[in-house]
Amino acid sequence: MDKQDKQDKRDSQGSQHAQGPQHTQGSQDPRDARQEPRESDARPVLEGPDIARVLTRIAHEIVERAKGADDVVLLGIPTRGVFLGRRLAAKLEQITDRKIPVGSLDITMYRDDLRMHPPRALARTEIPGDGIDGKLVVLVDDVLFSGRTIRAALDALNDIGRPRAVQLAVLVDRGHRELPIRADYVGKNLPTSLRETVKVQLAEEDGRDTVLLGVKQTAPGAQH
Amino acid sequence: MQRHLISAADLSRDDAVHVLDTAEEMARVADRPIKKLPTLRGRTIVNLFFEDSTRTRISFEAAEKRLSADVINFSAKGSSVSKGESLKDTAQTLEAMGVDAVVIRHGASGAPYRLATSGWIDAAVINAGDGTHQHPTQALLDAFTMRRRLVGRDTGLGRDLSGKRITIVGDVLHSRVARSNVDLLHTLGAEVTLVAPPTLVPVGVETWPCEVSYDLDSTLPKSDAVMMLRVQRERMNAAFFPTEREYSRRYGLDGDRMARMPEHAIVMHPGPMVRGMEITAAVADSDRCTVVEQVANGVSIRMAVLYLLLGGNEPAVAHARTTEEK
Repeated sequence: MDKQDKQDKRDSQGSQHAQGPQHTQGSQDPRDARQEPRESDARPVLEGPDIARVLTRIAHEIVERAKGADDVVLLGIPTRGVFLGRRLAAKLEQITDRKIPVGSLDITMYRDDLRMHPPRALARTEIPGDGIDGKLVVLVDDVLFSGRTIRAALDALNDIGRPRAVQLAVLVDRGHRELPIRADYVGKNLPTSLRETVKVQLAEEDGRDTVLLGVKQTAPGAQH
Repeated sequence: MQRHLISAADLSRDDAVHVLDTAEEMARVADRPIKKLPTLRGRTIVNLFFEDSTRTRISFEAAEKRLSADVINFSAKGSSVSKGESLKDTAQTLEAMGVDAVVIRHGASGAPYRLATSGWIDAAVINAGDGTHQHPTQALLDAFTMRRRLVGRDTGLGRDLSGKRITIVGDVLHSRVARSNVDLLHTLGAEVTLVAPPTLVPVGVETWPCEVSYDLDSTLPKSDAVMMLRVQRERMNAAFFPTEREYSRRYGLDGDRMARMPEHAIVMHPGPMVRGMEITAAVADSDRCTVVEQVANGVSIRMAVLYLLLGGNEPAVAHARTTEEK
């Protein structure tokens, strides 16, 4: 029971990653409705201005730790990590006055739960022109939860090149790690229970910036 | 649960566009230093080829290997089939070995359908060409090539081929490529015209969702893509036209005819080409001819099909006919 519960939580997070914006038919797919968490009384824990401030702080932290961010490459994990990556890059460019390479890294094909669901739509992997060899890659994602997405991202990176180092920036860390993975830059630590859902909405995709904390309803149709 | 790809006609518009979009992402793997994804690790796929093939078999094999599947190649020559083993017994042998998918090419139309629906095996069945019936992955890769060239690589994502005028020229009678393409292109909203000598137009073509013409020259100026078909001598048991020279003059594509096509129009060929017969060397080597591109796209399309059929716990592409029977 407990294991199943965890699995469902992970799905609700994963479904955010699974749909690239270009796959318009995804919204008509009844399977997506099944994976989408049902929320009641979701309350915002971060609003638009908070998110902007958080990203500014993370940008400064990256510059500080990388001593100028000379060789930083930002790779966002679709869908929302990509938008966060682009926003971070814009902030970094303001701070350093230099162009910061930014791209996206789709981890769908590297997931460890592929066989538990119908095949997911793929999103775009876009590696900046100079590649990642010898660079400091900062992975950017919206929510850090089980850590499995990041494990998959590390595997995917392995097939693309050999960075000097890999760091992780997330907007929200909600705990409940299932793998020995931690974030280097955290927007907000959000202690949650497994019965709660965390949903990040960004203007590029959802029309507004917010992080919603809700309670998951156990829907009879949600079991696989 | 059935999960097969038997006919291009079984794909809905959304399914087909989904395959093309997935293939677009798969194509990017070919640009990477390590052209491999771990997605089908531990899955076993048999390439069951009862008929000769270079392109399709190698293409499937490359796609399977790029997705990390375990690949077993089987050709009828040198196997128990030449000793008289039936398709059923061969299939059950494969089943006993725990195969997850069978890619089958067979000289008899309907053999993949029989394999998929007879209950002999549990594995997914992918049709790699059966007799004069269907060759769905070829139609998908052709549609993929058209969408890339005529709509655009990135702008084409999520879109179909509506309004595009496609002309298919040559031996339609024996061509599974033509049948699959007519089905799929119609689903994707394109207007298809078949051009062939009357003897090479199949009976019942009036029920197909396409136009038929006997005159190549009047059709060319109205075409966004022209697909030339090979004259399939190995399937011909009668004289369908007087001489090769006459066929070539009336239905072959040469430089003069290509010049009459619209500026943006492309020339396609499923291969193998017979230069001097349906296509001249000048046309085959021109940059409007997409033959080599089609081969590269074939790997991406087959990766997409394999991923969508085998990548999860159930297929992402519904198979209308066999699911109805369940």
